[in-house]
Amino acid sequence: MTEFRSPDQEVSRLRVRLVVAGVFMLICLSLLAARFVYLQVVRFDYYHTRAEDNRIALVPVPPNRGAIVDRNGKVLARNFAAYTLDITPSQVGDLDDTIDRLSEIVDISDYDRRRFKKFREESKFFESVPIRTKLTDEEVARFIARRYLFPGVDVQARLFREYPQGDLLGHVVGYMGRINNRDVDHLEARGETANYRGTEHIGKRGLEESYEAELHGKTGSEQVEVDAGGRKVRLLSRRTAVPGNSLILTVDAGLQAVAHQAFGDRRGALVAIEPSTGGVLALVSSPSFDPNLFVDGISVADWKGLNESPDRPLLNRAIYSAYPPGSTFKPFMGLAGLSTGKRTPQQAIADPGFYVFGGHRFMDDKIGGHGMVDLHTSIVQSCNTYYYMLANDLGIEGIADFMRPFGFGQLTGIDLPGEADGVLPSPDWKRKRFKKPGQQKWYGGETISVGIGQGYNAYTPLQMATALSALVNDGVVFKPHVVKYVVDPQTGTRREVEPKPIRQIPLKAAHLAAIRAAMVDVNKTGTGARAFAGAEYSAGGKTGTAQVYSLKGSKYKEGNVAERLRDHSWFIAFAPADKPRIALAVLVENGGFGSRSAAPIARQVIDYYLLGKRPAGQASEDEDAPADH
Amino acid sequence: MEFRLHPVALIRAILRPIDPPLFLLLTVLLAAALVVMQSASPARMEAQLANTGVALALMWVTARIPSARLLSLAMPLYVLGVVLLIGVALFGEISKGAQRWLDLGVARIQPSELMKIAMPLMLAWFFQQREGAIGFVEFVLAGVLLAVPVALIVTQPDLGTSLLVAAAGLYVIFFAGLSWKLIVPLVLVAVVGLGSIVAFGDTLCQPEVDWQVLREYQKHRVCTLLDPTSDPLGKGFHIIQSTIAIGSGGMFGKGWMQGTQTHLSFIPERHTDFIFAVMAEEFGLIGALVLLVVLFMLLLRGLMIAAAAPTLGTRLLAGAITMIFFTYAFVNMGMVSGILPVVGVPLPFISYGGTALVTLCIGVGILMSIQRERALSQS
Repeated sequence: MTEFRSPDQEVSRLRVRLVVAGVFMLICLSLLAARFVYLQVVRFDYYHTRAEDNRIALVPVPPNRGAIVDRNGKVLARNFAAYTLDITPSQVGDLDDTIDRLSEIVDISDYDRRRFKKFREESKFFESVPIRTKLTDEEVARFIARRYLFPGVDVQARLFREYPQGDLLGHVVGYMGRINNRDVDHLEARGETANYRGTEHIGKRGLEESYEAELHGKTGSEQVEVDAGGRKVRLLSRRTAVPGNSLILTVDAGLQAVAHQAFGDRRGALVAIEPSTGGVLALVSSPSFDPNLFVDGISVADWKGLNESPDRPLLNRAIYSAYPPGSTFKPFMGLAGLSTGKRTPQQAIADPGFYVFGGHRFMDDKIGGHGMVDLHTSIVQSCNTYYYMLANDLGIEGIADFMRPFGFGQLTGIDLPGEADGVLPSPDWKRKRFKKPGQQKWYGGETISVGIGQGYNAYTPLQMATALSALVNDGVVFKPHVVKYVVDPQTGTRREVEPKPIRQIPLKAAHLAAIRAAMVDVNKTGTGARAFAGAEYSAGGKTGTAQVYSLKGSKYKEGNVAERLRDHSWFIAFAPADKPRIALAVLVENGGFGSRSAAPIARQVIDYYLLGKRPAGQASEDEDAPADH
Repeated sequence: MEFRLHPVALIRAILRPIDPPLFLLLTVLLAAALVVMQSASPARMEAQLANTGVALALMWVTARIPSARLLSLAMPLYVLGVVLLIGVALFGEISKGAQRWLDLGVARIQPSELMKIAMPLMLAWFFQQREGAIGFVEFVLAGVLLAVPVALIVTQPDLGTSLLVAAAGLYVIFFAGLSWKLIVPLVLVAVVGLGSIVAFGDTLCQPEVDWQVLREYQKHRVCTLLDPTSDPLGKGFHIIQSTIAIGSGGMFGKGWMQGTQTHLSFIPERHTDFIFAVMAEEFGLIGALVLLVVLFMLLLRGLMIAAAAPTLGTRLLAGAITMIFFTYAFVNMGMVSGILPVVGVPLPFISYGGTALVTLCIGVGILMSIQRERALSQS
């Protein structure tokens, strides 16, 4: 490099390097050209598709959920549109700051913040989550004017569920809640994930849960052009959503209201069924709850109030709680005696006031006994001794085999979720129920208790009403159901639910007539006479008392026992006696004798159903309930 | 001196410093810039027109200055640049994690921009001073002159600009005749280095690996290029979306104002660094190739001017300026089409931005000035 160079040599040397530079540029630019050819010609289809995918978004259009109305068209569940303020956390930098700034424009409570946090934990990161629901028009306007300050925040019109009847049918209609991870799993198992795109709520309880597939409908979609921020630029095409089917119930909201109010603040349940169809006319579990509390996320205070109350309002006693049937079991026992030929209607026993079995005295209610007792008297006066003997004659297997077709101790298959099966005791059941060999053996004395509806017997009010319906319907058994029709709102087509009986129990008309006649006399001269005094129709019934607490040796005296330890009070009834239109079972927890607390409720319900008569002090339904349709 | 000028004479006086081929090619590029800008960001049209006017005026002014005078400005500009860079290091404003701006009260300036012109000017002037006696010592001195400002810019940290300034200086050194025996190993080291980064990208890009020399964001840029999908909503989003824009343009493009990637905001920075993606989406491969051809013709004209320049300093300066144009264009289009890392380099003459456009047009002005002197010396 140190050798002498002439300027000419320098120039030619430089020119060589300029040529090298030019060639280098040409190579590099050719490389770029090759890259462009690759992207724009070779892989054009791929990138064209990618650009279209970018541009076009398929936006789900959630369907309108079906309405729920009672048998007379009274609205029990419907939708209403409201504005919500939504935040898409993935598009927002500082969430807390954004919410703080938003709270200067619209009212955001601590409850809203907590709920937002909870929803956010449950949702996917790119989903939008409501921070406020049910915005007023003024709040919407205030936000829209400042929307540019809040990227990732938007106002959306949403449909909310509303239950105009409040707590009247909380346990029947149920409620909706936000879709959680467990719901997502269920939807995946059903292959419904795609159909729920864009849907945020799902039925959680009651009919909202059990008829979810009917109520939901088919999600539609809109093909829209979107920008990089995901905002809709224009609509390209649309597939409309198919609204969900609506439900017409067998339930009569007026009857339900009468029954609901008859309970007052007592705990208990009532199930009334139309025997000729199995349609549930009223299903009460008291206390009830207001499903509207759950619609946009229940507050902690409300949830605690419901969940921790000793009265357990969220428990559906009508279908989930099983109680010993007490003496309401006797008509079925009597029918078993006749049908198996162990008894005739005329056959009478002498009742000394007790029955001895295995060295143990099983006591009658009446000291000194009822004297000579035939089937009719045994039901009208509720004689225990008659049934101790009958139970012994039938044997536990005989009892279980006869009772099973009536649905005792089995799921009825009602169209509501969360039914319990109860216990129809049998040696087989006991073997499965207990683990220790010593406990697994069935003792003869246990059969005697079962005969009067105590012991291991445990049936839900729904099972009692279903069994009574079968008894008064000549042994024709229907699956009880709350929904009468599923209606397609677009075509108006109705599909009837459970229109056919599920089985026929072979029973003799004469036997059935004898039992029903005895039950009618219960309400005329027996334990139900006081409650049904002056009735303008003929009704059959039977009282019952389920023991909660057994007092060894001493006589049970209501006044001495704490309220929660008092016996449960049962009443089963049907009317009119010749052609029953209603059969019901009432249970009042810790209500004492059935004749005192349960029977009057049955009377009010039947009075209303057959005569349209309202108990004194109850307002007409058209005045206290919001008017619909 | 005659004060009454004939209109034709006036036009001739105005056009005298202008090199027609360069001017024609530049006009095509600037017109294309306006057409694309109307689609990419119509709100910036007025500003772009104003920038273009100012830049052309400064080009004309520069073109009238004799190249000897330009070279004599080298030392003051270089010293000013270095002083300002030191000022930035001591008192500069920090923005986006880097200290690049110096607030002079009147205006905020970025001294590293000045260095892009001052560096080749300085080295060209330096070699001109040592003409006929350029040896090992001169190259070492040139290396020092180059290293000081580059080091200052690297520590800001601004890797992109420091590489461009370094490149500008290296081009001068290359044209000044640095031995191939040194150039070949340097190029080999660079190629091997880049090659190994690509080959071992997966391991190197693990979050716990510290790259020592490069800052976290620079490591991020390189890693994103190696696997754009690893960060689809961050930096990788830029590259993915711009390659989609280019690819979906196809042979003939989607048509002016019809680019969906452009108009639905999928292309980031679409009026500045990523404007080529807009062009390629709307005008297709044809448009991209026309741009490449026009740019190449402009570069060839620059090399021709360098080859015919009257003095060593002007030869080196013209060659280096041409190579800088090339470097901007190549790095920008390479980045937008996904074969080079995302470096903040504008597409020369097309991207929005007054500073860059003025700098580039002054560069064109220098080329014209050199070309005019050659024409004068020949006549």
